[in-house]
Amino acid sequence: MANASNEHIVSSYEDELTELTRAISEMGGMVEVAITNATQALIRVDHDLAKQTSKGDKAVDDMQRYIDEKAVSMIARRQPMAGDLRHIVSAIHVANDLERIGDIAKNLARRVKHIDSQRVSKQLYNGLRHMSDMALAQIKRSLDSFTLRDANIAVDVCRRDDEVDALYISLFREFLTYMMEDPRNITDCTHLLFCAKNLERAGDHATNIAEAAYYLKTGENLYYDIESGKVQLN
Amino acid sequence: MRIATDILQPNVQPGNETIKMSGRKVCVHYAEKQALFDVDLDIVANQVISLIGPSGCGKSTFLRCLNRMNDTIDICKVSGAITLEGQDIYDKAIDVVELRARVGMVFQKPNPFPKSIYENVAYGPRIHGMTRSKDELDELVTSSLRRAGLWNEVKDRLDQPGTGLSGGQQQRVCIARAIATKPEVLLMDEPCSALDPIATAIIEELIDELRENFTIVIVTHSMQQAARVSQKTAFFHLGKLIEEGPTEQIFTNPHHKKTQDYITGRIG
Repeated sequence: MANASNEHIVSSYEDELTELTRAISEMGGMVEVAITNATQALIRVDHDLAKQTSKGDKAVDDMQRYIDEKAVSMIARRQPMAGDLRHIVSAIHVANDLERIGDIAKNLARRVKHIDSQRVSKQLYNGLRHMSDMALAQIKRSLDSFTLRDANIAVDVCRRDDEVDALYISLFREFLTYMMEDPRNITDCTHLLFCAKNLERAGDHATNIAEAAYYLKTGENLYYDIESGKVQLN
Repeated sequence: MRIATDILQPNVQPGNETIKMSGRKVCVHYAEKQALFDVDLDIVANQVISLIGPSGCGKSTFLRCLNRMNDTIDICKVSGAITLEGQDIYDKAIDVVELRARVGMVFQKPNPFPKSIYENVAYGPRIHGMTRSKDELDELVTSSLRRAGLWNEVKDRLDQPGTGLSGGQQQRVCIARAIATKPEVLLMDEPCSALDPIATAIIEELIDELRENFTIVIVTHSMQQAARVSQKTAFFHLGKLIEEGPTEQIFTNPHHKKTQDYITGRIG
Protein backbone atom coordinates (compact mmCIF):
# COMPACT_ATOMS: atom_id res chain seq x y z
CA MET A 1 0.00 0.00 0.00
CA ALA A 2 1.50 3.28 -1.04
CA ASN A 3 1.97 5.78 1.73
CA ALA A 4 0.63 9.08 0.45
CA SER A 5 2.69 11.32 2.72
CA ASN A 6 5.81 9.28 1.95
CA GLU A 7 6.51 8.85 5.61
CA HIS A 8 7.50 5.72 7.42
CA ILE A 9 4.85 3.15 8.17
CA VAL A 10 6.35 3.16 11.67
CA SER A 11 5.70 6.75 12.74
CA SER A 12 8.12 6.64 15.69
CA TYR A 13 10.93 5.95 13.19
CA GLU A 14 9.89 9.02 11.21
CA ASP A 15 9.85 11.05 14.44
CA GLU A 16 13.38 9.91 15.28
CA LEU A 17 14.69 10.92 11.84
CA THR A 18 13.02 14.31 12.18
CA GLU A 19 14.51 14.72 15.66
CA LEU A 20 17.97 13.96 14.25
CA THR A 21 17.62 16.74 11.66
CA ARG A 22 16.27 19.12 14.32
CA ALA A 23 19.20 18.37 16.62
CA ILE A 24 21.68 19.03 13.79
CA SER A 25 19.97 22.36 13.07
CA GLU A 26 20.08 23.30 16.74
CA MET A 27 23.74 22.33 17.00
CA GLY A 28 24.46 24.29 13.81
CA GLY A 29 22.82 27.35 15.35
CA MET A 30 24.92 26.91 18.50
CA VAL A 31 28.23 26.87 16.62
CA GLU A 32 27.23 29.79 14.40
CA VAL A 33 26.57 31.85 17.52
CA ALA A 34 29.82 30.60 19.07
CA ILE A 35 31.93 31.69 16.06
CA THR A 36 30.12 35.04 15.88
CA ASN A 37 30.64 35.70 19.59
CA ALA A 38 34.26 34.53 19.56
CA THR A 39 35.04 36.91 16.68
CA GLN A 40 33.21 39.76 18.42
CA ALA A 41 35.11 39.05 21.63
CA LEU A 42 38.38 39.22 19.71
CA ILE A 43 37.54 42.43 17.92
CA ARG A 44 36.03 44.20 20.91
CA VAL A 45 38.50 42.59 23.31
CA ASP A 46 35.47 41.57 25.34
CA HIS A 47 36.73 39.22 28.04
CA ASP A 48 33.26 38.42 29.40
CA LEU A 49 31.96 37.40 25.99
CA ALA A 50 35.13 35.36 25.45
CA LYS A 51 34.61 33.52 28.75
CA GLN A 52 30.95 32.92 27.99
CA THR A 53 31.81 31.56 24.51
CA SER A 54 34.49 29.31 25.93
CA LYS A 55 32.09 27.90 28.52
CA GLY A 56 29.38 27.41 25.89
CA ASP A 57 31.45 24.75 24.11
CA LYS A 58 30.32 22.15 26.62
CA ALA A 59 26.74 22.46 25.36
CA VAL A 60 27.99 21.85 21.79
CA ASP A 61 29.92 18.76 22.96
CA ASP A 62 26.81 17.50 24.79
CA MET A 63 24.77 17.99 21.63
CA GLN A 64 27.23 15.91 19.61
CA ARG A 65 26.99 13.13 22.19
CA TYR A 66 23.20 13.32 22.04
CA ILE A 67 23.21 13.05 18.22
CA ASP A 68 25.72 10.18 18.28
CA GLU A 69 23.67 8.27 20.83
CA LYS A 70 20.47 8.82 18.86
CA ALA A 71 22.15 7.70 15.64
CA VAL A 72 23.73 4.58 17.16
CA SER A 73 20.47 3.63 18.81
CA MET A 74 18.62 4.02 15.50
CA ILE A 75 21.17 1.87 13.67
CA ALA A 76 20.79 -0.82 16.33
CA ARG A 77 17.02 -0.75 16.58
CA ARG A 78 15.83 0.23 13.10
CA GLN A 79 18.49 -1.25 10.81
CA PRO A 80 18.19 1.75 8.48
CA MET A 81 18.50 1.30 4.74
CA ALA A 82 19.16 3.47 1.70
CA GLY A 83 18.20 7.14 2.23
CA ASP A 84 17.58 6.60 5.95
CA LEU A 85 20.98 4.97 6.39
CA ARG A 86 22.62 7.89 4.57
CA HIS A 87 20.63 10.33 6.71
CA ILE A 88 21.91 8.78 9.95
CA VAL A 89 25.51 8.31 8.79
CA SER A 90 25.61 11.90 7.47
CA ALA A 91 24.20 13.21 10.76
CA ILE A 92 27.08 11.53 12.64
CA HIS A 93 29.60 13.14 10.27
CA VAL A 94 27.98 16.56 10.43
CA ALA A 95 27.75 16.50 14.24
CA ASN A 96 31.45 15.65 14.38
CA ASP A 97 32.37 18.58 12.12
CA LEU A 98 30.12 20.94 14.08
CA GLU A 99 31.78 19.85 17.30
CA ARG A 100 35.16 20.71 15.78
CA ILE A 101 33.86 24.12 14.73
CA GLY A 102 32.72 24.57 18.33
CA ASP A 103 36.28 23.80 19.47
CA ILE A 104 37.57 26.40 17.02
CA ALA A 105 35.24 29.04 18.52
CA LYS A 106 36.49 28.12 21.99
CA ASN A 107 40.08 28.40 20.79
CA LEU A 108 39.41 31.85 19.28
CA ALA A 109 37.78 33.01 22.51
CA ARG A 110 40.70 31.81 24.61
CA ARG A 111 43.14 33.95 22.63
CA VAL A 112 41.37 37.17 23.65
CA LYS A 113 43.21 37.32 26.98
CA HIS A 114 46.60 36.89 25.27
CA ILE A 115 46.26 39.80 22.91
CA ASP A 116 47.43 43.22 24.11
CA SER A 117 44.45 45.34 23.21
CA GLN A 118 46.39 48.59 23.63
CA ARG A 119 49.01 47.65 21.09
CA VAL A 120 47.00 46.00 18.33
CA SER A 121 45.89 48.29 15.55
CA LYS A 122 42.17 47.98 14.75
CA GLN A 123 43.19 47.68 11.14
CA LEU A 124 44.55 44.23 11.90
CA TYR A 125 41.09 43.01 12.78
CA ASN A 126 39.45 43.97 9.49
CA GLY A 127 40.82 40.98 7.62
CA LEU A 128 39.96 38.68 10.50
CA ARG A 129 36.38 39.98 10.65
CA HIS A 130 36.04 39.40 6.91
CA MET A 131 37.43 35.90 7.29
CA SER A 132 34.99 35.14 10.11
CA ASP A 133 32.05 36.39 8.00
CA MET A 134 33.14 34.18 5.14
CA ALA A 135 33.57 31.09 7.31
CA LEU A 136 30.19 31.73 8.93
CA ALA A 137 28.50 32.06 5.54
CA GLN A 138 30.08 28.75 4.50
CA ILE A 139 28.89 27.05 7.70
CA LYS A 140 25.39 28.43 7.26
CA ARG A 141 25.17 27.38 3.61
CA SER A 142 26.55 23.92 4.35
CA LEU A 143 23.89 23.43 7.04
CA ASP A 144 21.25 24.65 4.57
CA SER A 145 22.44 22.04 2.06
CA PHE A 146 22.03 19.39 4.77
CA THR A 147 18.61 20.36 6.06
CA LEU A 148 17.20 21.18 2.61
CA ARG A 149 18.99 18.18 1.06
CA ASP A 150 20.19 20.43 -1.73
CA ALA A 151 23.15 19.02 -3.67
CA ASN A 152 23.63 22.26 -5.63
CA ILE A 153 24.22 24.30 -2.48
CA ALA A 154 26.62 21.59 -1.29
CA VAL A 155 28.67 21.82 -4.49
CA ASP A 156 28.68 25.60 -4.24
CA VAL A 157 30.00 25.47 -0.66
CA CYS A 158 32.87 23.20 -1.80
CA ARG A 159 33.73 25.57 -4.63
CA ARG A 160 33.76 28.62 -2.35
CA ASP A 161 36.22 27.07 0.07
CA ASP A 162 38.93 28.40 -2.25
CA GLU A 163 37.92 31.95 -1.39
CA VAL A 164 38.36 31.28 2.34
CA ASP A 165 41.77 29.73 1.66
CA ALA A 166 42.81 32.68 -0.53
CA LEU A 167 41.79 35.14 2.18
CA TYR A 168 43.82 33.21 4.74
CA ILE A 169 46.92 33.42 2.56
CA SER A 170 46.38 37.12 2.06
CA LEU A 171 45.95 37.63 5.82
CA PHE A 172 49.07 35.58 6.47
CA ARG A 173 51.05 37.97 4.26
CA GLU A 174 49.48 40.99 5.91
CA PHE A 175 50.37 39.79 9.42
CA LEU A 176 53.87 38.97 8.25
CA THR A 177 54.28 42.54 7.02
CA TYR A 178 53.19 43.93 10.41
CA MET A 179 55.61 41.62 12.19
CA MET A 180 58.48 42.68 9.97
CA GLU A 181 57.53 46.33 10.42
CA ASP A 182 57.74 46.20 14.19
CA PRO A 183 58.95 43.12 16.07
CA ARG A 184 56.81 44.16 19.05
CA ASN A 185 53.81 43.09 16.93
CA ILE A 186 55.07 39.51 16.69
CA THR A 187 53.21 38.08 19.72
CA ASP A 188 49.84 39.61 18.88
CA CYS A 189 50.14 38.93 15.18
CA THR A 190 51.05 35.31 15.86
CA HIS A 191 47.90 34.94 17.95
CA LEU A 192 45.82 36.56 15.23
CA LEU A 193 47.47 34.36 12.64
CA PHE A 194 46.40 31.32 14.63
CA CYS A 195 42.90 32.78 14.76
CA ALA A 196 42.91 33.18 10.97
CA LYS A 197 44.14 29.61 10.58
CA ASN A 198 41.37 28.41 12.89
CA LEU A 199 38.74 30.20 10.82
CA GLU A 200 40.20 28.69 7.68
CA ARG A 201 39.81 25.27 9.34
CA ALA A 202 36.20 26.12 10.19
CA GLY A 203 35.71 26.67 6.45
CA ASP A 204 37.16 23.19 5.80
CA HIS A 205 34.68 21.70 8.25
CA ALA A 206 31.87 23.50 6.40
CA THR A 207 33.13 21.79 3.23
CA ASN A 208 32.99 18.43 5.01
CA ILE A 209 29.40 19.13 6.05
CA ALA A 210 28.55 20.01 2.44
CA GLU A 211 30.14 16.75 1.27
CA ALA A 212 28.04 14.83 3.80
CA ALA A 213 24.93 16.68 2.58
CA TYR A 214 25.79 15.81 -1.03
CA TYR A 215 26.18 12.13 -0.07
CA LEU A 216 22.89 12.25 1.83
CA LYS A 217 21.07 13.61 -1.20
CA THR A 218 22.71 11.63 -4.01
CA GLY A 219 24.38 8.57 -2.48
CA GLU A 220 27.56 9.63 -4.29
CA ASN A 221 30.76 10.95 -2.79
CA LEU A 222 31.90 14.44 -3.67
CA TYR A 223 35.52 15.43 -3.66
CA TYR A 224 36.86 18.85 -4.20
CA ASP A 225 40.25 18.84 -5.88
CA ILE A 226 42.20 21.85 -4.61
CA GLU A 227 44.83 21.61 -7.37
CA SER A 228 42.42 21.67 -10.28
CA GLY A 229 39.74 23.68 -8.49
CA LYS A 230 37.19 21.17 -9.67
CA VAL A 231 34.48 19.29 -7.87
CA GLN A 232 34.79 15.61 -8.62
CA LEU A 233 32.42 12.76 -8.15
CA ASN A 234 33.82 9.49 -6.97
CA MET B 1 6.81 -20.52 -25.16
CA ARG B 2 8.56 -17.94 -27.27
CA ILE B 3 12.29 -18.21 -27.30
CA ALA B 4 14.21 -15.00 -27.43
CA THR B 5 17.09 -15.86 -29.72
CA ASP B 6 19.35 -13.13 -28.38
CA ILE B 7 19.59 -14.84 -25.01
CA LEU B 8 20.53 -18.18 -26.56
CA GLN B 9 23.82 -16.62 -27.56
CA PRO B 10 27.08 -16.74 -25.53
CA ASN B 11 26.05 -16.02 -21.98
CA VAL B 12 28.95 -13.99 -20.70
CA GLN B 13 28.44 -10.50 -19.34
CA PRO B 14 31.05 -7.79 -19.29
CA GLY B 15 33.19 -8.16 -16.17
CA ASN B 16 33.48 -11.93 -16.61
CA GLU B 17 30.12 -12.65 -15.07
CA THR B 18 28.63 -15.76 -16.61
CA ILE B 19 24.88 -15.79 -16.85
CA LYS B 20 23.50 -19.05 -15.52
CA MET B 21 19.82 -18.41 -15.94
CA SER B 22 17.96 -15.72 -17.73
CA GLY B 23 14.36 -14.54 -17.89
CA ARG B 24 13.03 -12.38 -20.69
CA LYS B 25 9.57 -10.87 -20.77
CA VAL B 26 8.38 -13.44 -18.27
CA CYS B 27 4.65 -13.13 -17.64
CA VAL B 28 2.63 -15.39 -15.35
CA HIS B 29 -1.14 -15.63 -15.19
CA TYR B 30 -3.14 -17.46 -12.54
CA ALA B 31 -6.31 -17.97 -14.57
CA GLU B 32 -7.39 -14.40 -15.44
CA LYS B 33 -5.17 -12.71 -12.90
CA GLN B 34 -1.74 -11.64 -14.09
CA ALA B 35 0.90 -12.14 -11.37
CA LEU B 36 4.07 -11.22 -13.29
CA PHE B 37 4.55 -8.59 -15.98
CA ASP B 38 7.41 -8.80 -18.50
CA VAL B 39 10.18 -9.64 -16.07
CA ASP B 40 13.70 -9.45 -17.52
CA LEU B 41 16.28 -10.80 -15.10
CA ASP B 42 19.70 -12.40 -15.44
CA ILE B 43 21.01 -14.75 -12.77
CA VAL B 44 24.78 -14.76 -12.61
CA ALA B 45 26.64 -18.02 -11.99
CA ASN B 46 28.18 -18.55 -8.53
CA GLN B 47 26.42 -15.59 -7.08
CA VAL B 48 23.53 -15.26 -4.66
CA ILE B 49 20.66 -13.13 -5.92
CA SER B 50 17.92 -12.06 -3.50
CA LEU B 51 14.40 -11.44 -4.67
CA ILE B 52 12.68 -8.96 -2.36
CA GLY B 53 9.34 -7.19 -2.32
CA PRO B 54 6.08 -7.04 -0.40
CA SER B 55 3.74 -10.05 -0.16
CA GLY B 56 2.06 -10.80 -3.45
CA CYS B 57 4.64 -8.92 -5.52
CA GLY B 58 5.47 -12.00 -7.61
CA LYS B 59 8.91 -12.87 -6.27
CA SER B 60 7.98 -16.44 -5.27
CA THR B 61 6.06 -16.84 -8.52
CA PHE B 62 9.18 -15.88 -10.45
CA LEU B 63 11.29 -18.24 -8.33
CA ARG B 64 8.93 -21.12 -9.07
CA CYS B 65 9.15 -20.40 -12.79
CA LEU B 66 12.87 -21.15 -12.67
CA ASN B 67 12.36 -24.89 -12.14
CA ARG B 68 8.86 -25.09 -13.53
CA MET B 69 7.24 -25.64 -10.15
CA ASN B 70 4.34 -23.61 -11.52
CA ASP B 71 3.59 -26.53 -13.86
CA THR B 72 1.97 -28.21 -10.88
CA ILE B 73 -0.67 -25.48 -10.73
CA ASP B 74 -3.29 -26.10 -13.42
CA ILE B 75 -4.48 -22.51 -13.78
CA CYS B 76 -0.96 -21.13 -14.01
CA LYS B 77 0.26 -20.02 -17.42
CA VAL B 78 3.83 -18.88 -18.02
CA SER B 79 4.93 -16.94 -21.09
CA GLY B 80 8.17 -15.31 -22.14
CA ALA B 81 11.55 -17.02 -22.15
CA ILE B 82 13.51 -18.61 -19.32
CA THR B 83 16.82 -20.19 -20.14
CA LEU B 84 19.31 -22.30 -18.24
CA GLU B 85 22.73 -21.94 -19.83
CA GLY B 86 21.07 -20.66 -22.96
CA GLN B 87 18.59 -23.53 -23.20
CA ASP B 88 14.89 -22.79 -22.98
CA ILE B 89 13.63 -24.64 -19.91
CA TYR B 90 10.03 -24.55 -21.18
CA ASP B 91 11.03 -26.34 -24.39
CA LYS B 92 8.93 -29.44 -25.02
CA ALA B 93 12.08 -31.55 -25.24
CA ILE B 94 13.08 -30.65 -21.69
CA ASP B 95 12.62 -33.38 -19.09
CA VAL B 96 11.12 -31.57 -16.10
CA VAL B 97 12.44 -34.13 -13.60
CA GLU B 98 15.94 -33.65 -14.94
CA LEU B 99 15.47 -29.86 -14.90
CA ARG B 100 14.50 -29.98 -11.23
CA ALA B 101 17.60 -32.03 -10.52
CA ARG B 102 19.65 -29.25 -12.11
CA VAL B 103 17.64 -26.50 -10.44
CA GLY B 104 16.99 -27.64 -6.87
CA MET B 105 14.69 -26.05 -4.35
CA VAL B 106 14.54 -25.46 -0.61
CA PHE B 107 11.22 -24.36 0.85
CA GLN B 108 10.13 -21.99 3.57
CA LYS B 109 9.16 -24.70 6.01
CA PRO B 110 11.63 -27.53 6.52
CA ASN B 111 9.96 -30.54 4.90
CA PRO B 112 12.09 -33.63 5.45
CA PHE B 113 10.55 -36.89 4.25
CA PRO B 114 9.27 -39.11 7.07
CA LYS B 115 12.32 -41.27 6.61
CA SER B 116 15.78 -41.52 8.14
CA ILE B 117 18.27 -38.70 7.75
CA TYR B 118 20.30 -40.93 5.42
CA GLU B 119 17.29 -41.76 3.25
CA ASN B 120 16.28 -38.12 3.02
CA VAL B 121 19.60 -37.26 1.40
CA ALA B 122 19.96 -40.50 -0.59
CA TYR B 123 16.49 -40.22 -2.13
CA GLY B 124 17.37 -37.85 -4.98
CA PRO B 125 20.60 -39.53 -6.12
CA ARG B 126 18.82 -42.89 -5.98
CA ILE B 127 15.84 -41.92 -8.18
CA HIS B 128 18.15 -40.17 -10.63
CA GLY B 129 20.47 -43.21 -10.73
CA MET B 130 23.43 -41.08 -9.86
CA THR B 131 25.44 -43.71 -8.04
CA ARG B 132 26.48 -47.23 -8.99
CA SER B 133 27.18 -48.74 -5.59
CA LYS B 134 26.25 -48.45 -1.94
CA ASP B 135 29.71 -47.08 -1.20
CA GLU B 136 29.27 -44.35 -3.79
CA LEU B 137 25.87 -43.46 -2.37
CA ASP B 138 27.31 -43.39 1.18
CA GLU B 139 30.02 -41.09 -0.07
CA LEU B 140 27.52 -38.75 -1.74
CA VAL B 141 25.28 -38.65 1.36
CA THR B 142 28.30 -37.91 3.55
CA SER B 143 29.63 -35.16 1.31
CA SER B 144 26.18 -33.56 0.96
CA LEU B 145 25.70 -33.53 4.73
CA ARG B 146 29.20 -32.11 5.16
CA ARG B 147 28.50 -29.35 2.65
CA ALA B 148 25.26 -28.58 4.44
CA GLY B 149 27.29 -28.19 7.64
CA LEU B 150 25.33 -30.96 9.34
CA TRP B 151 27.65 -33.96 9.25
CA ASN B 152 29.17 -33.57 12.70
CA GLU B 153 25.75 -33.19 14.26
CA VAL B 154 24.12 -36.23 12.65
CA LYS B 155 26.90 -38.68 11.71
CA ASP B 156 26.06 -40.95 14.65
CA ARG B 157 22.33 -41.01 14.02
CA LEU B 158 21.92 -41.25 10.26
CA ASP B 159 19.28 -43.96 10.69
CA GLN B 160 17.06 -41.81 12.87
CA PRO B 161 14.09 -39.93 11.37
CA GLY B 162 14.84 -36.53 9.82
CA THR B 163 11.67 -35.21 11.39
CA GLY B 164 13.20 -35.67 14.86
CA LEU B 165 15.81 -32.95 14.28
CA SER B 166 15.49 -29.30 15.30
CA GLY B 167 14.01 -26.84 12.80
CA GLY B 168 17.42 -25.49 11.76
CA GLN B 169 18.83 -29.01 11.39
CA GLN B 170 15.77 -30.10 9.39
CA GLN B 171 16.30 -27.18 7.02
CA ARG B 172 19.93 -28.20 6.59
CA VAL B 173 18.79 -31.78 5.86
CA CYS B 174 16.60 -30.27 3.14
CA ILE B 175 19.58 -28.32 1.80
CA ALA B 176 21.71 -31.50 1.88
CA ARG B 177 18.89 -33.31 0.06
CA ALA B 178 18.73 -30.53 -2.54
CA ILE B 179 22.47 -30.47 -3.18
CA ALA B 180 22.82 -34.27 -3.23
CA THR B 181 21.53 -34.33 -6.80
CA LYS B 182 24.36 -31.90 -7.66
CA PRO B 183 22.16 -29.13 -8.95
CA GLU B 184 23.63 -26.13 -10.73
CA VAL B 185 21.14 -23.68 -9.31
CA LEU B 186 19.58 -23.70 -5.85
CA LEU B 187 16.28 -21.91 -5.32
CA MET B 188 15.45 -20.97 -1.75
CA ASP B 189 12.01 -19.70 -0.81
CA GLU B 190 12.34 -17.90 2.54
CA PRO B 191 14.57 -20.67 3.92
CA CYS B 192 15.06 -19.04 7.32
CA SER B 193 11.63 -17.63 8.07
CA ALA B 194 10.80 -20.49 10.43
CA LEU B 195 14.19 -20.52 12.14
CA ASP B 196 15.68 -18.83 15.19
CA PRO B 197 18.58 -16.33 14.79
CA ILE B 198 21.32 -18.90 15.46
CA ALA B 199 19.91 -21.43 12.97
CA THR B 200 19.46 -18.52 10.53
CA ALA B 201 23.10 -17.50 10.92
CA ILE B 202 24.22 -21.11 10.28
CA ILE B 203 22.12 -21.27 7.09
CA GLU B 204 23.42 -17.87 5.94
CA GLU B 205 27.00 -18.99 6.51
CA LEU B 206 26.16 -22.12 4.54
CA ILE B 207 24.67 -20.10 1.66
CA ASP B 208 27.91 -18.16 1.43
CA GLU B 209 29.95 -21.37 1.26
CA LEU B 210 27.60 -23.02 -1.24
CA ARG B 211 28.03 -20.08 -3.62
CA GLU B 212 31.39 -21.49 -4.64
CA ASN B 213 29.71 -24.44 -6.33
CA PHE B 214 26.16 -23.33 -6.92
CA THR B 215 24.18 -20.40 -8.19
CA ILE B 216 21.64 -19.40 -5.56
CA VAL B 217 18.36 -17.54 -5.89
CA ILE B 218 16.77 -16.67 -2.56
CA VAL B 219 13.40 -15.16 -1.82
CA THR B 220 13.37 -13.38 1.50
CA HIS B 221 11.20 -11.00 3.46
CA SER B 222 14.14 -9.97 5.57
CA MET B 223 15.92 -7.03 4.01
CA GLN B 224 18.80 -7.55 6.40
CA GLN B 225 19.15 -11.12 5.23
CA ALA B 226 19.15 -10.05 1.58
CA ALA B 227 21.80 -7.45 2.41
CA ARG B 228 23.90 -10.02 4.26
CA VAL B 229 23.86 -12.99 1.90
CA SER B 230 23.47 -11.77 -1.66
CA GLN B 231 25.65 -10.12 -4.26
CA LYS B 232 22.69 -9.02 -6.38
CA THR B 233 19.23 -7.95 -5.29
CA ALA B 234 16.07 -7.64 -7.34
CA PHE B 235 13.06 -5.71 -6.08
CA PHE B 236 9.58 -6.73 -7.23
CA HIS B 237 6.42 -4.70 -6.76
CA LEU B 238 2.91 -5.55 -7.94
CA GLY B 239 4.23 -8.20 -10.33
CA LYS B 240 6.86 -6.01 -11.92
CA LEU B 241 10.61 -6.08 -11.54
CA ILE B 242 11.26 -2.51 -10.42
CA GLU B 243 14.99 -2.52 -9.90
CA GLU B 244 17.87 -4.95 -9.93
CA GLY B 245 21.51 -4.34 -9.11
CA PRO B 246 24.46 -4.98 -6.80
CA THR B 247 23.15 -5.53 -3.26
CA GLU B 248 25.32 -2.76 -1.85
CA GLN B 249 23.88 -0.24 -4.26
CA ILE B 250 20.28 -1.35 -3.72
CA PHE B 251 20.56 -0.98 0.05
CA THR B 252 22.55 2.24 0.18
CA ASN B 253 21.57 4.09 -2.95
CA PRO B 254 18.61 2.57 -4.81
CA HIS B 255 17.87 4.34 -8.07
CA HIS B 256 14.14 3.81 -8.07
CA LYS B 257 11.92 5.63 -5.61
CA LYS B 258 9.70 2.59 -5.05
CA THR B 259 12.74 0.55 -4.02
CA GLN B 260 13.79 3.29 -1.61
CA ASP B 261 10.27 3.48 -0.17
CA TYR B 262 10.02 -0.28 0.30
CA ILE B 263 13.39 -0.97 1.86
CA THR B 264 13.08 1.99 4.20
CA GLY B 265 9.61 0.91 5.31
CA ARG B 266 7.54 3.53 3.55
CA ILE B 267 5.47 1.11 1.43
CA GLY B 268 4.55 -2.39 2.48
